Amino acid sequence: MTDPSGVAVSEFSTPPAGEVREGGQDRQEARSLWSDAWRELRRNPLFWISVVLIVVLLTMAVAPQLFTSTDPRYGDLAVARQPPSAEHVFGTTSQGYDVYARVIHGARASILVGVLTSIGTVVVGGLIGLISGFYGGWLDALLSRVGEIFFAIPLLLAGILTFYLFPPDLEDPLILQVLTVVGVLVLFGWPSLARLMRGAVLQVKPNDYVNAARALGASAPRLIFQHILPNAVAPMIVVATLNLGTYIAVEATLAFLGIGLRSPAISWGIDISLASSIGLVRAAPHMLIFPSIFLTVTILAFIMLGDAIRDAIDPKLK
Amino acid sequence: MGSYVLRRLLQMIPVIIGATFLIFAMVFGIGDPAAGRCGERACPEAFLVQFRQEYNLDEPLIVQYGLYMAKLLTGDFGESFSGLSVAEELINRWPTTIRLAVIAVCFEALVGIAAGILAALRKGRFLDYLVTLSSLLVISIPVFVVGSLSQLVFGIRLGIFPVTATEGGWFDLLLPGLVLGSFSVAYIARLMRSTMIENLRSDYVRTARAKGLGPGRTVGVHTLRNSMIPAITYIGYDLGALMGGAVVTERIFNINGIGGFLFYGINTKDGTIVVGTVTCLVLVYLLANLLVDVLYGVLDPRISHD
Repeated sequence: MTDPSGVAVSEFSTPPAGEVREGGQDRQEARSLWSDAWRELRRNPLFWISVVLIVVLLTMAVAPQLFTSTDPRYGDLAVARQPPSAEHVFGTTSQGYDVYARVIHGARASILVGVLTSIGTVVVGGLIGLISGFYGGWLDALLSRVGEIFFAIPLLLAGILTFYLFPPDLEDPLILQVLTVVGVLVLFGWPSLARLMRGAVLQVKPNDYVNAARALGASAPRLIFQHILPNAVAPMIVVATLNLGTYIAVEATLAFLGIGLRSPAISWGIDISLASSIGLVRAAPHMLIFPSIFLTVTILAFIMLGDAIRDAIDPKLK
Repeated sequence: MGSYVLRRLLQMIPVIIGATFLIFAMVFGIGDPAAGRCGERACPEAFLVQFRQEYNLDEPLIVQYGLYMAKLLTGDFGESFSGLSVAEELINRWPTTIRLAVIAVCFEALVGIAAGILAALRKGRFLDYLVTLSSLLVISIPVFVVGSLSQLVFGIRLGIFPVTATEGGWFDLLLPGLVLGSFSVAYIARLMRSTMIENLRSDYVRTARAKGLGPGRTVGVHTLRNSMIPAITYIGYDLGALMGGAVVTERIFNINGIGGFLFYGINTKDGTIVVGTVTCLVLVYLLANLLVDVLYGVLDPRISHD
């Protein structure tokens, strides 16, 4: 009953592990979707590249001191706008900040926004999708209409409007500012995941093992969390991982436009924005190039991870 | 078909009302509606009095919304703090942004679809890896980074393209247009590749091959026509989304379009410009989606017969 394995969407033809006959030749089939996916994942070099990158980036976000001992907020105007040298590997900004130190410290904001927003949309969107799909009826209609409305406003425009109207307080600690950004992205980002979850639930709900559990008298929460959720969650996990990169990009784009996170918070978007005025691009391109590389590699790492998970879970796309 | 179009139109009405109400509620329902309307300073008393009267702030919220919508529908998007009519400014700036979006969409359609088809036909070979890896890389670079870097390389270092496109001619807008379409071009290549691969394995293609049709017919007609639908739909949705995305591109290349206007509004802290432009862009996005959905019914008859 509590076996979380089995079919996620009808395309995945592996039967739930419990139903499979014991016996020599059929042991292949006894693997659950997740262990099957894990076997696939382990063989994929892109997965390992992305894992290594993400571990390095996470370390950077948690403990930037391991990578640099320079204070990213210490501006020495005497060395302003210098190209990369032995002392400042990535050069200095026009305020005399060390670009390398800023790039390392900038990881925290981006990673926090990406990870927290993904978790937030999975929780909110997943829950709403589960409820819509499981209960159906007027509740489903209502939640779907509300979702359509939030879905109708593109994320970037929603971000621009909200942060213009309610700018984060510069006095607040970084985590509070990040949470404001996360809150807005979750508010406008949940509907796509809810829609996905609802579709998956509708495909899982009519299955025999759900009916059997219902016939045995399982309560609604038990049906949802023990039988439906484990079998319907796969597509959402894939999309949420792929979206993580998008959220990092949206946060950086907002910072680039001068809203959302703002200086003195340190973020790649802010630094790229400062570096991209035409005079500076000409005089100090290193200010632009290094944060851009870090931002791109971070997004790339999460998209590769999402791609690898999708290929492992959905054999159709191989 | 007719009932499908009608149903789609009717479904759109609550979404438009809901989305405009959401924007309205954010501006007038929560917090101070006059905040951020007068630049860095606090608003002068005379402005506040006029502002309250203009947006009927003494009425109940729902009446305010009705009057606000009536204004929007008659094309009144308010006046900026410096006295510019937002609607007039938007109308004057449309042609530039549309030109930019057209360049981006053409780029997406031609390069994205072609790359996707080639990759699918050469699956597992060098060309496939080239397309897959380069599209992965391009998807990962945010548009503002592509913009700033290509301005540095092609505009400043190599001098092939103008560094800024303030004039807004077709050639000036070429580089910004390519930048704007860069994300979608990679996305479409991936989308096209995976649908092509899926369809190449489908039963009707196998049947066509079994009937003895040549590769030109099985690939060119049977597979391609069916595989185009998702890509074309995406391009349609993107036309609406690009208008919003143009704010970044237009800020980098200093283009006097809608996006540039939005950035000007953010930068000078002129709330009427920001709210008006965002509302207008959301409406354009929704109408573009509606149009695509209706077209989708024409392209794929399975949709309109459910």
